[in-house]
Amino acid sequence: MSNPVIDIQNMTKVYKMEKVEVHALRGVSLQAMPGEMVAIMGPSGSGKSTLMNMLGCLDQPTSGDYYLGGKLVSKLGERGLTQIRRHKIGFVFQSYNLLARTTALANVQLPMVYSGINGKERKDRARRALELVGLGDRMYHQPNELSGGQQQRVAIARALASEPDIILADEPTGNLDSKSGEEIMAIFQRLNRDQGITIVLVTHEADIAQHAARVIHMRDGQVEKDVQVMNRIWAKGSQEAAMGQAGIGVSARGPAWRGQEAAI
Amino acid sequence: MSALLECLRMAFQGLINNKVRSILTMLGIIMGVGAVIAMVGLGQGFSAHMSAEFQSMGTNLLSIMKDRRVTGAWDLTVADAKALEGLPGVQAVAPTYSGSATVLNNQGVESSDTTVNGVTVGYQTARNYKMSIGRFITEEDDDRKKKVAVLGSTTAETLFPNEAYPIGQVVRLNGIPFEVIGVMEEKGGSGFQDPDDVVLIPLGTAQSRLFGASTFRGQYTLSGIDVQATSDKEMSLAEEQIAATLREQHNLATGAEDDFRIMNQAEMIETTTSMLDTLTLFLGAVAAISLVVGGIGIMNIMLVSVTERTREIGLRKAIGAGRGDILLQFLIEAMGLSFTGGLLGIAFGVIVAGFISPQLGVDPVIAPYIMVIAAGFSAMIGIVFGIYPAMRASGLQPVVALRYE
Repeated sequence: MSNPVIDIQNMTKVYKMEKVEVHALRGVSLQAMPGEMVAIMGPSGSGKSTLMNMLGCLDQPTSGDYYLGGKLVSKLGERGLTQIRRHKIGFVFQSYNLLARTTALANVQLPMVYSGINGKERKDRARRALELVGLGDRMYHQPNELSGGQQQRVAIARALASEPDIILADEPTGNLDSKSGEEIMAIFQRLNRDQGITIVLVTHEADIAQHAARVIHMRDGQVEKDVQVMNRIWAKGSQEAAMGQAGIGVSARGPAWRGQEAAI
Repeated sequence: MSALLECLRMAFQGLINNKVRSILTMLGIIMGVGAVIAMVGLGQGFSAHMSAEFQSMGTNLLSIMKDRRVTGAWDLTVADAKALEGLPGVQAVAPTYSGSATVLNNQGVESSDTTVNGVTVGYQTARNYKMSIGRFITEEDDDRKKKVAVLGSTTAETLFPNEAYPIGQVVRLNGIPFEVIGVMEEKGGSGFQDPDDVVLIPLGTAQSRLFGASTFRGQYTLSGIDVQATSDKEMSLAEEQIAATLREQHNLATGAEDDFRIMNQAEMIETTTSMLDTLTLFLGAVAAISLVVGGIGIMNIMLVSVTERTREIGLRKAIGAGRGDILLQFLIEAMGLSFTGGLLGIAFGVIVAGFISPQLGVDPVIAPYIMVIAAGFSAMIGIVFGIYPAMRASGLQPVVALRYE
């Protein structure tokens, strides 16, 4: 039995506004095992976004401990958090957040620029990541030449590129039509199943949450329910071995993802 | 290393993505650096020109003036000039009284900016003037305070454009009619004072009839005395003799300071160039202020850019950019603006100097080191004015920045 990749113990977060104190998290504890796919659901104001920020090391909790991959990260300073974000976490946002007027390939390379990976390896990895999300033929397109779904796939490739321990997706289908949303979920499911990547996604759509293996319901800053999904939805295309030509899946299992497998 | 290169690439990408804004921002620096380069270039051009001018004026010239820095200094008078005549090493003595007067011909055409000098016969030798037509001022003209005038070539051209032979014509100095008795050959050269744009009249006439010169101890005062030494080698002898004679004339006790200055050409060149250097420095300083204004423009636009790209900064931080990465990116952008602006400004300055210099009649001298300094200084402005916006950007909290609309 391996150790949890995410281990949160009794986490609280209090935002101090001018006079009032907002208790966004009131003692949240949860664990996620490597290779899990977890959805976090809840109405707005339930604290799910705050939890996401904590998971992503974008913010520090008021109290409580957060172990990521066995390492206590909740007490780290800014420098330490930057390192964690750089090497351990991949982000996917609702509004894609790609750099405008920058090719897909360059966008995917961006995290690796900060982690200091040299030009050639960076490019190779970015290429493989884009092929993995089925955008091998769109590498030199800029965001404004891509559809919403394609942009989100570039964002997923970007999250993958730095070989993170976990991928955090904040409402990844929120800006997409249902067909594109389905495609994105298919990619997540495939990455999770084939690459064994841990995925945590926040959503307020029940049917999107159904794509995960486990759903955590938040309410008023606390975990209300934590359930295994009984009749999991498998997105169309998620059962195929890999996208595009055969063989990419094999190459994707090559050196680029070795770290990932070691983590599992 | 590759990260730094990447930073450079990203920063310049940012600038290229906002072409119009970048160029407008750079304009401040372009103007500032351009002004500095043009000013300094023209100033140094003037210096070089003036030195050449002095050297061509004829050697062996000593200029004597009252030393205004000495309190109670005696005015130089005609008596002083008389005393210098015939001293060992002294060939010619030329007392002068300069002033400004309205110079008109009979038709009312004005020759503006013309210098009017009251001189004696020695002036022609001392200043190396040659006559084109007519004659120079004689001792008799001076003694009898005749209202006669010798014109420089430029002045003659202005006042009598259609007369090949203006002898006998009338010029009016402050309304007083003077008869033209001669026109001098062109001396050439230009600069602050055109040596050909002069009207020479007898000293006595200038003092008593035109300017009403003040008197000192019963003698008319002078603006200065030019002395021509007999030869180069006799210069120091002449200087000594003149100093001794004037000290005697002015009743200076032994040990008292000279109340006059004797300048030879080297000193005159030095004085002029130091004056020009001061002027250049002053103009350069004015131009430097405009550089600072340009820098503030950069700061302004960088602050706007930081606000505008808050989300981008948040994203970069979320995917692993540290404080230093963001700081460097924005700093390099600011430096890219100012440095590129600086280079364009140097080109602009060289062009401007090239356009203005024909009007001033000097060749601009733009030393390479000035360009290096200008480029370095503009890069520095980028750092100084870019650091604050860059720090603002790097200090943004990723959560806050990502949520920014």
